Amino acid sequence: MHGWQSQLAQLVLVLLLAPLLSGVTRKIRSRLLRRRGPSVFQPYRDLLKLIRKEAVVADNASWLFRIAPYVIFATTWVAAALVPTFAAGLTFSAAADVIVIVALLGTARFFLALAGLDVGTSFGGIGSSREMMFASLAEPAMLLVVFTVALFAGSTQLSSISAFMAGPDVGLNISLALSLIALVIVAVAENARIPVDNPATHLELTMVHEAMILEYSGRHLAVIEAAASLKLLLYLSLIACMFTPWGTTLAGGETVAYAIGLGAYALKLLAFGFGLVVFETAIAKMRVFRVPEFLGMALMLGLLGAILLFVSRVSQ
Amino acid sequence: MPGLSITNVTPFLLNQLAACGVGLLLLLAALGILVSRRAYGSRVIYGSCALVCSALAGVALYALLAPGSGAAAIELPIGLPLGRTRVGFDALSAAFVVIVNLTTAIVSAYAIGYGTHASEPQRVVPFYPAFIAGMNLVLLAQDAFSFLVGWEFMSLASWALVVSEDRSASNRRAGLVYLIMATGGALTLLLAFGVLAGPEGGYSFDTMRQTAAFGPAAIVLVLALLGAGSKAGLVPLHAWLPLAHPAAPSHVSALMSGVMTKVAVYGFIRIVFDLSGPPSWWWSIPVLIVAAVTALLGVLYALMEHDLKRLLAYHTVENIGIIFIGLGLALAFEASGLAVAAALALIAAIFHVFNHSLFKSLLFLGAGAVLSATGERDMERLGGLIHRMPVTAFAFLVGCIAISALPPFNGFVSEWLTFQAILLSPQLPQWIPRLLVPAVGATLACSAALAAACFVKAFGSTFLGRARAPAAGAATETDRWSLSAMLLLAALCLGAGVVPGFVIDSLAGVSESMVGAQLAVQGDQPWLRIAPIDPARSAYNGLLVFVMIVIAAVLTAMIVRRFASHSLRRSHAWDCGFPDASPATQYSSSSFAQPIRRVFGSAVFRARERVAMPKPGDTGTAKLRLDIHDTVWEALYDPVIRFVNMAADRLNGIQFLTIRKYLTLVFAALVLLLVIIGAWR
Repeated sequence: MHGWQSQLAQLVLVLLLAPLLSGVTRKIRSRLLRRRGPSVFQPYRDLLKLIRKEAVVADNASWLFRIAPYVIFATTWVAAALVPTFAAGLTFSAAADVIVIVALLGTARFFLALAGLDVGTSFGGIGSSREMMFASLAEPAMLLVVFTVALFAGSTQLSSISAFMAGPDVGLNISLALSLIALVIVAVAENARIPVDNPATHLELTMVHEAMILEYSGRHLAVIEAAASLKLLLYLSLIACMFTPWGTTLAGGETVAYAIGLGAYALKLLAFGFGLVVFETAIAKMRVFRVPEFLGMALMLGLLGAILLFVSRVSQ
Repeated sequence: MPGLSITNVTPFLLNQLAACGVGLLLLLAALGILVSRRAYGSRVIYGSCALVCSALAGVALYALLAPGSGAAAIELPIGLPLGRTRVGFDALSAAFVVIVNLTTAIVSAYAIGYGTHASEPQRVVPFYPAFIAGMNLVLLAQDAFSFLVGWEFMSLASWALVVSEDRSASNRRAGLVYLIMATGGALTLLLAFGVLAGPEGGYSFDTMRQTAAFGPAAIVLVLALLGAGSKAGLVPLHAWLPLAHPAAPSHVSALMSGVMTKVAVYGFIRIVFDLSGPPSWWWSIPVLIVAAVTALLGVLYALMEHDLKRLLAYHTVENIGIIFIGLGLALAFEASGLAVAAALALIAAIFHVFNHSLFKSLLFLGAGAVLSATGERDMERLGGLIHRMPVTAFAFLVGCIAISALPPFNGFVSEWLTFQAILLSPQLPQWIPRLLVPAVGATLACSAALAAACFVKAFGSTFLGRARAPAAGAATETDRWSLSAMLLLAALCLGAGVVPGFVIDSLAGVSESMVGAQLAVQGDQPWLRIAPIDPARSAYNGLLVFVMIVIAAVLTAMIVRRFASHSLRRSHAWDCGFPDASPATQYSSSSFAQPIRRVFGSAVFRARERVAMPKPGDTGTAKLRLDIHDTVWEALYDPVIRFVNMAADRLNGIQFLTIRKYLTLVFAALVLLLVIIGAWR
């Protein structure tokens, strides 16, 4: 398999796998709450149903409202396609490093927040305003994690980071541990999970992500929901790629190696999804103004990890 | 024509052309006095400015790219008795002349349409070319006198433009504050050049490079930070920017915020990197601290603001902080002998200078279009303009994305380069900068995320939602000249974002002459990607990312179009079942910033919110009271103002003395001075 083939496979794989991941996490969550829960394939059915429905658009929605779902989906998809999942050495991984991936998610968030403001309702505004406040802490925390990991690996390219982390030069390290905690907190916040936000709620005052997309329906809503599940997949893949890169196939490996890579990836996703859901069910949702403290903790952990590393590195 | 082949264009000719350009601009200023009252007058002047600036940018681009050019300065036959006026290109001048004149040319084209809205064109048109001429003279000067003459020309002409609409008290105050800050800044630069010139008084830049400074070089750093920093808007010397930039007509605001601050950055680079000799390692520390504070405070101030033009002016403060972070890193690397890293940091800073001149001008032009269409700068009274001004909204949106450092636009590239420079800093031998740099990096990341919030707010409350006041509901799209200028700037923002390698390569000469190294040639990289240090370490391909986003979006749209339902119904907004007819229920600019104000503002601006609820049974209104303080102004400027007022009161008595007492005072002063001189000798 060449680089471009695995790149193409990756593009399609993330797209197909993302709703399944959402379905699996919802199923596990239901089981943990002693409910039977919908089938793991329910998100696919939801998406199909949504795109067949009529789209209802508010009277004063502008062109921005109608193109935003596609921009959000496209940037998230491109970002997800750049994270090595089952095989390293993707063709396009030289085009963008992990800073670019963080920034691409920033572009998606920018358009989502604008879409929330477009119709001019109070709930859309609430969602956008809170989302940007969370992002103002989550994004720097994320970048500090990137700094730490990049300094370890001597590179900001994800394939190099992944190869380095799989290698023998990495032991247990306090900076890496702090970064991992920070990254998990950021992932929880960015994906609108409990305790920051609740994807299942439509209770007015607790919505953040749902408030921004309140006016969407039909095919537009389907595209946005697909983008949201892609984002969850992306974050779990990112954690897997940076902190648990075991089993990932290198470019040009045997077919068996690819099968192992795929299996390892699926196992990692399942494990992380399970961890996420257990965490979610064990904790209550926070008040909105407690969230900055939660994210501030991630920021400080990230900063601490980075400073420890900057100071401890001997000059070359 | 053998005389004009590429190799035969001498530096001499280029320098002459540039000097002619400045001369032409001064002539236009004179012409402006004569024709500005005529209907066609302002169009002729702005159009000519656009042409002259394009020519200047072309000449400078040639000087920047052609090898071996930009060696010798030419002496002009005019000048002060102490030294002949020397002007000419070197790589740094040429780069900044390109940046300044490219943006100025486009802004002038905008002014052809926008300038017709001015109520008193004779107060704007003559000063506009003079302002541009002053900026170009600063950049071309190769001696301290011409530099300072150009600097003062730039300051005074822009001051005249700031007070061109002096009927409102706030504009008059802006003019006063600006004048005081500009005078102070010029004074510190004068002193900096005095120290650099040494005891012999060699005021040409060539002499300054060779002679050792007169006294410790650290004084030069402090003076340059004060002088250039006050013009650029470093905190706490930023106070005049948000007053003066919005007070001027919008095309002038675009120049002041987008371009003139860059001339100040040029002054800092010229003095600190070029004239004052090799830096000490600790120079980077004050620069980095001031820059990080500037970046963070600038964006927080901008978030608290609901006047669109003031928001943009505050945001310039943030971007100046980002530029100075790059410069501070470059100083640290250069002092430690890490020349390639210094080149990366310096190029990141100058790239951001270029980017900021493009998108900040674009945003100010957009704000000008909104202002002329609605008569409003207050975002609490705007909204929904995307329906009535779609093209302006599109261009403004591009500017917002670019300034928020989001890929694939240009703001992201310079920020990415700055992050790459930060990641090289563990190589520094001293532990203080190594401790400081990650914190600076965190500040930079934080200000970038806050900038995105700020521009969601700016775009959202100006162009999205429903009109909050009748004027916003009755707006119409602006004229074609303005639209073309804005779209051109937007295209340049995208262009510099997708093929950044060209910009980096053309700055190679600058980094070579300032820090003695260049980055690898980016044009050699495959697929137009950039890899400043090593492709295995970090690489970015803006073009590929852009193409991938476009393909992914189009593909998704096609799939949805193929398989999804096509029906679309317009209806009332859903809003959880409580749609409210009043536009006042929308989120406004202040309410959008409220969470951020609570998180950051309570510490930085002592922001306090109090809700006064009526008693149960009372049908009176509830009130929200918000107290917010400009802490920098109150801590730093208010005491100075109080002191000056008090001193003026005390000294008032001196105005009413008899002639005998005055003569006694003069005599006493003379004796005192003579005694001091005698004691010193």
